Amino acid sequence: MNLLPSAATLAALVKIGLLVGGLMTAAAYLVLLERWIAAWVQDRRGPNRVGIPLTKVRLFGLGQPLADGLKIILKEDFTPSHVDRVLYNAAPLVILAASLAIFAAIPFGDVLPPLGIPGLPDPVPFLVAPGLDVGVLWVFALSSIAVYGVLLGGWASNNKYGFLGGLRSSAQLVAYEIPLGLGLLGVVLAAGSLRLDTIMNAQAESGVWYAFAQPLGFIVFMVASFAEAARLPFDLPEAEQELVGGYHTEYSGIKLLLFLVAEFLHMITAAFLIVILFLGGWHLWGVTGASREIGWIQALLRFGILSGKILGVIVFFMLVRWSWPRFRFDQLMNLAWKVMLPLGLVNLVTVAAVEEFRPQLVAALGPGLATAVAIALPWIACLAGWVVAGVFTPSGTDNTPILTHDPLDIERELAEHERLERAPHDVSPSELAGSR
Amino acid sequence: MKPTDPAITWLEEKPLGLTERLYLPLFLQGLSTTARHMVSRKVTVNYPEVRPTVGNPLIYRGVHRLNRDDAGRVKCVACFLCATACPAHCIDIVATESPWPDREKYPESFSIDELRCIFCGMCEEACPVDAIELTSLLDLTGKSREEMIFDKEKLLSVYDMTKDAEPMKSKTLAAGGMATFGSAPGSPAAAVGGHH
Repeated sequence: MNLLPSAATLAALVKIGLLVGGLMTAAAYLVLLERWIAAWVQDRRGPNRVGIPLTKVRLFGLGQPLADGLKIILKEDFTPSHVDRVLYNAAPLVILAASLAIFAAIPFGDVLPPLGIPGLPDPVPFLVAPGLDVGVLWVFALSSIAVYGVLLGGWASNNKYGFLGGLRSSAQLVAYEIPLGLGLLGVVLAAGSLRLDTIMNAQAESGVWYAFAQPLGFIVFMVASFAEAARLPFDLPEAEQELVGGYHTEYSGIKLLLFLVAEFLHMITAAFLIVILFLGGWHLWGVTGASREIGWIQALLRFGILSGKILGVIVFFMLVRWSWPRFRFDQLMNLAWKVMLPLGLVNLVTVAAVEEFRPQLVAALGPGLATAVAIALPWIACLAGWVVAGVFTPSGTDNTPILTHDPLDIERELAEHERLERAPHDVSPSELAGSR
Repeated sequence: MKPTDPAITWLEEKPLGLTERLYLPLFLQGLSTTARHMVSRKVTVNYPEVRPTVGNPLIYRGVHRLNRDDAGRVKCVACFLCATACPAHCIDIVATESPWPDREKYPESFSIDELRCIFCGMCEEACPVDAIELTSLLDLTGKSREEMIFDKEKLLSVYDMTKDAEPMKSKTLAAGGMATFGSAPGSPAAAVGGHH
């Protein structure tokens, strides 16, 4: 019996190691980037002291993640006495495991040139689980499981802030999974595949990124990703100012670290999906073509372009954090159900119509003009849908009580109060209700 | 104040216009503001290497000093007005008969507990002879509590150290204002802390 792992298994292990190492490093450095951007936006200088340990070399503060990580790992891991211990300990593991497992189906580059290693199918893709036909489903299923971590953490903490954070998270995630799915469906429809690498190849071959072909889908997906990643302006599950951190209020030490890393992984996942689905993945006009026969330079270039785009999206995420205030919860729900859901449907119908009649368009107008029409139609739908949504959707739920008299008429209030005080037993409940 | 008070003007919130309802114009406005601040001049400084500039040393309330008169004697007449005015009770004066003919008393010892001081400047306001002043020295450090209790000699030495950069305020004001000041001298903390 051959106990040695096959070349394909070894390749998968190497990829997992590289990916997990890269992601953890990325998460650590994104914390630094987040702090830098926060500081720059607020006209401060940001962390710029910590460099190489035990030397005076500062390196613009690039040693900060090491210091931050060591500090939080060495902190006391305190478990309050009132928590549900099993769930409390399981929550950070669930959220981190799910957030990491998502990356099994996410390509982080294109393919390597043929290596010629026996037993290893060439070319080697930048993907842990190559040939996974349900890649998109895998990503969405696991990102839904990651929500369980938030819910478990909030519930097990046995704390009202934690509970409210978990509650908000579940409501928000249920609401925004739908626009997220609708934005995605347009892309799947156009590419004809659930494989993320096929979706990237489709954009590279046509040269039209789906962000240009389906602007409304892009906007809906983008907004929903912000909500899924619980980033401002949709960070209600955490909402430091009102919920003291929300679902991770009761966590400390390394468990808190796991939650925070998972949060950054969510953001990285969201950036990956936005880039892969809508911004062409590794494709850039004039730099990377659609050719499947590539050399080393081209392979590394594609990897670099994908990473660069992802970094750009993440920087946008961080800029948005300092540009807009947090939504109120009713505004959040209004946006999801009354704006994003209809807009997502409009996009889906437009894309479906365009894809259905594309052969007829090409036959009638020729390929060039047909492509132009296929791009113009979704843009028209986008503008029309945007204006209609903007003009006719309420920006929030109006909870103002309907008053029959001037609320500032203090004299009347006082007289009413006095009347009720004087004869409390003579007033029937119906009269009390009527007097309000 | 009652809500019905005629002095109150009640304003209605303006209904959202088309640009606000479409969100995108304000979205871009917010993003451009953030982006502008990303690259704008920073207001903080790399502190120990770069010292913050004190806007106006005349009104800055930093470490205290005891001024000397033209003959080099302490100006203080031990009237206790500063100690009385001090809300933190950090000034301790021991008065004795003055050896000089121009005043009755002078401080035999004069100490300020810089750790208790709240740097409110009331002592400076109270002083009738402009003897105690607050300088623009802003970084005051020490290795022990005792070290942070500044005695008369130390407070006079603060004057000697800062008199060139910050002349006595009564003289400066008489000479015509604040424009004559330069910025604070470099790294005075070590000099202050090291003196005993």
